[in-house]
Amino acid sequence: MLRYVTLKVGRALFVVWAAFTVTFVLLFVLPANPVDLLFDPAEINSIPAEVRERVAENYGFNKPVILQYLDRLGHALTGDFGNSVQSGRPVVTAITDVLPSTLVLAAAALVLAVLIAFGIALVATATRRPWLRDLVEAWPSGAVSVPVFLSGILMLQIFSFRLGWFPSFGDDGWRSLILPLVTLAVPVAGPIAQLLVRSFRTEFAAGYVTTSWAKGATRSGIIVRDVFRNAALPALTIAGVTFGNLIAGSVITETVFARKGIGRMTQTAINTLDVPLVAGIVVLVAATFALINLIVDLICPVLDPRLRAALTAGAPA
Amino acid sequence: MTTSTDQLLTVGALAVDYRTGRQWTPAVRGVSLTVRAGEFVSLVGESGSGKTTLIQGALGLLPDAARITGGSIAYADVDVTGWNDRKMALVRGNYVGFVPQDPNTSLNPVKRIGTQVLEAVRFNRPRNDATAYREAALESLRTAGLTDAERVFHQYPHELSGGMKQRALIAIALAGQPRIIVADEPTSALDVTVQKRILDHLAGLRERLGIGILLVTHDLGVALERSDRILVMQSGEIVEEGPVAQVLAGATSDYTRRLLDAAPSRHAGRLQPRLPVRPAGPAGGPVLRADGLTRTYRLHGGRQLRALDDAGLIVRPGTTHAIVGESGAGKSTLAGILAGFHRPDTGTVHAGDHEITALGRKQLRDVRRDLQFVFQNPFTSLDPRFTVRRLIEEPLKAFGLPTGDRVGELLRAVALDEAFADRRPGQLSGGQRQRVAIARALALNPRIIVLDEAVSALDVSVQAQILQLLVDLQAERGLSYVFVTHDLGVVRLVADDVTVMKDGRVVETGPVGTVFREPAHDYTRQLLAAVPGAGLTPAGQV
Repeated sequence: MLRYVTLKVGRALFVVWAAFTVTFVLLFVLPANPVDLLFDPAEINSIPAEVRERVAENYGFNKPVILQYLDRLGHALTGDFGNSVQSGRPVVTAITDVLPSTLVLAAAALVLAVLIAFGIALVATATRRPWLRDLVEAWPSGAVSVPVFLSGILMLQIFSFRLGWFPSFGDDGWRSLILPLVTLAVPVAGPIAQLLVRSFRTEFAAGYVTTSWAKGATRSGIIVRDVFRNAALPALTIAGVTFGNLIAGSVITETVFARKGIGRMTQTAINTLDVPLVAGIVVLVAATFALINLIVDLICPVLDPRLRAALTAGAPA
Repeated sequence: MTTSTDQLLTVGALAVDYRTGRQWTPAVRGVSLTVRAGEFVSLVGESGSGKTTLIQGALGLLPDAARITGGSIAYADVDVTGWNDRKMALVRGNYVGFVPQDPNTSLNPVKRIGTQVLEAVRFNRPRNDATAYREAALESLRTAGLTDAERVFHQYPHELSGGMKQRALIAIALAGQPRIIVADEPTSALDVTVQKRILDHLAGLRERLGIGILLVTHDLGVALERSDRILVMQSGEIVEEGPVAQVLAGATSDYTRRLLDAAPSRHAGRLQPRLPVRPAGPAGGPVLRADGLTRTYRLHGGRQLRALDDAGLIVRPGTTHAIVGESGAGKSTLAGILAGFHRPDTGTVHAGDHEITALGRKQLRDVRRDLQFVFQNPFTSLDPRFTVRRLIEEPLKAFGLPTGDRVGELLRAVALDEAFADRRPGQLSGGQRQRVAIARALALNPRIIVLDEAVSALDVSVQAQILQLLVDLQAERGLSYVFVTHDLGVVRLVADDVTVMKDGRVVETGPVGTVFREPAHDYTRQLLAAVPGAGLTPAGQV
């Protein structure tokens, strides 16, 4: 058991480290001169050489690459990713300012997506009407095929401009959260729902379901007591992976709805070539992703006794 | 004598249709049966006979693609025909208990056994407190023969053996204190000694609790040995019905007589070839010899499993050497090593003069021409996209040999029409597929064929045909077989020598006649005693 946890934690740490290193290579080593990136491209020729040198020294660009790397890694370990070039504020502060807003959006979207997916799977499994099942099962593939910017704009048109139920932008209060939330959750719910519908159907035809029928259980009882837990296991893994998509999806959603957040900050940081900020965001996203998947990996054995048995068997008796 | 309330289950002229595409095909055509209190009734039939559909219909568990088109179902005096799920839930578990086919998939893997039995108790004995429920569940487990009920109560399905899982399922079936138990092939997935214990127990329950038992099985031996009455089903109809003695003495339908003849356990000696035996060649040394084979598998978490422990055998030219044993005995591991698929950790295998365990990849390939393999499951061992012609040609092409008319010749050898050459496996029955697999194994004119449970997945009448074919081919071509099986009846039919295995070790080896008549080892005696129908005398007519 301990070995399993160590292994999974180690993997999570590796992912974060790898993200940091790849980002470092891409942003600081590969371009011709990292100093150039720090200035506005339009003004780059008008900057005197001594200023450039001073900047290079400030940032440590004149040192060997490996020293730069170790220096940055050391600082990153203590939570210091340097200062944003644009605002001059520490990267960590800049990120923590907008992080809650994105996390609330992404987490709420994940919850909503999982709820939608389970709703679809439950209706499709529980219904005795073939037409209803077909209708509900057709929904996920539809949801996947509508891009976020399109559904976002449609929702703005209908619920904000036409009906005026929700504000069209900003991030004050729960009302402003609804539209971005739904926009973000719907395409993510699609694949989870597809997977769930399939695994609910497979599990509903499993042998132990027949046993439950024979015990005298009712249809709803079987779905809740027997099918649900067995069918939910694969969805848990996919939900963890999906969380990464949500952060990526937030770039578009936050832009469309003009919300502040990591997504919008990423977009600005890339546009303005704010290298330290981009590096910080990449590492942060990787860390979030690794953490969520670590949690999923650790929850799975709790839900599945077979997995648990395989793990405890590995521990020294 | 029998009043109507004595009849626990009465099925009257039940007809069930299956939807295939846009049509409805009848699966059960007007079948009637009754089970009375304290009676053990067996429903016998091969795959596709409609026996499972019939009992699914009786329990109201038909899949969506099936519909009842006529007839009636009554439990005691209550006609339940056309009841919906909600009403049937009151009958199921409460009045009729069901023991499913495969214990390995029929328990919920993420719930403790106790919870699953408790549910069955709760559904059927309303208004009680938790301790009483728990006590009833434990009692049910004990009644099902799980003496250590307290421990099993807290275990998960994967922690139990197949036999214990089936007992847990019997406990679930008993939990609602039903008047009748319907068991659908409850022992087909279990080893023969476990099967005997489970069936003994079911029969004991009938006497102790006075319940009725309806057993569905493909194994006529099991049915004859255990039942009061037998119903034989074919193509959705009952073709034979009567007390065991009557069926044994004079079966009225041809089909029953064929089944009786085909049951391996009812044959006294080896099958005789229908062709003149080819004069035996020079009686040289053994064609295949294995010595001191060991194979250890590393399991998850560093534990080790000794699949083979100093195992060996000798195959004489032109004979059949059977390897028997229960699951986990190491039979398939041994067969894989004999055929050169796997390497042993220690030990040697000689095929004629070659030591195949010492050969490199290339040389092994040449030896393969002499050493072919037929797999257990004809439904997965043939590529579904290949035609029969391509399947049979494949070994010839692999060795760059001319195909010529070999395909037609080989098809004739396995008694298939040449028209089959252009079909694909999906268009063939199980027996036809296994014939194609045998034709493929014969393509290179091998001297030895290793058959791993080659007839186990087939119905008994098809099995009899394939066994006859193997015996004929052996006589005609002087082939040597290594025949891996769990079925001792089959051993008696085809084998000259037999090796009995248990836990990776060879327990006993020798000529079939000697080993079966005077088994030297306890385990062999146990296996022989557990063969269903072993004690029955063959019918007068043959």
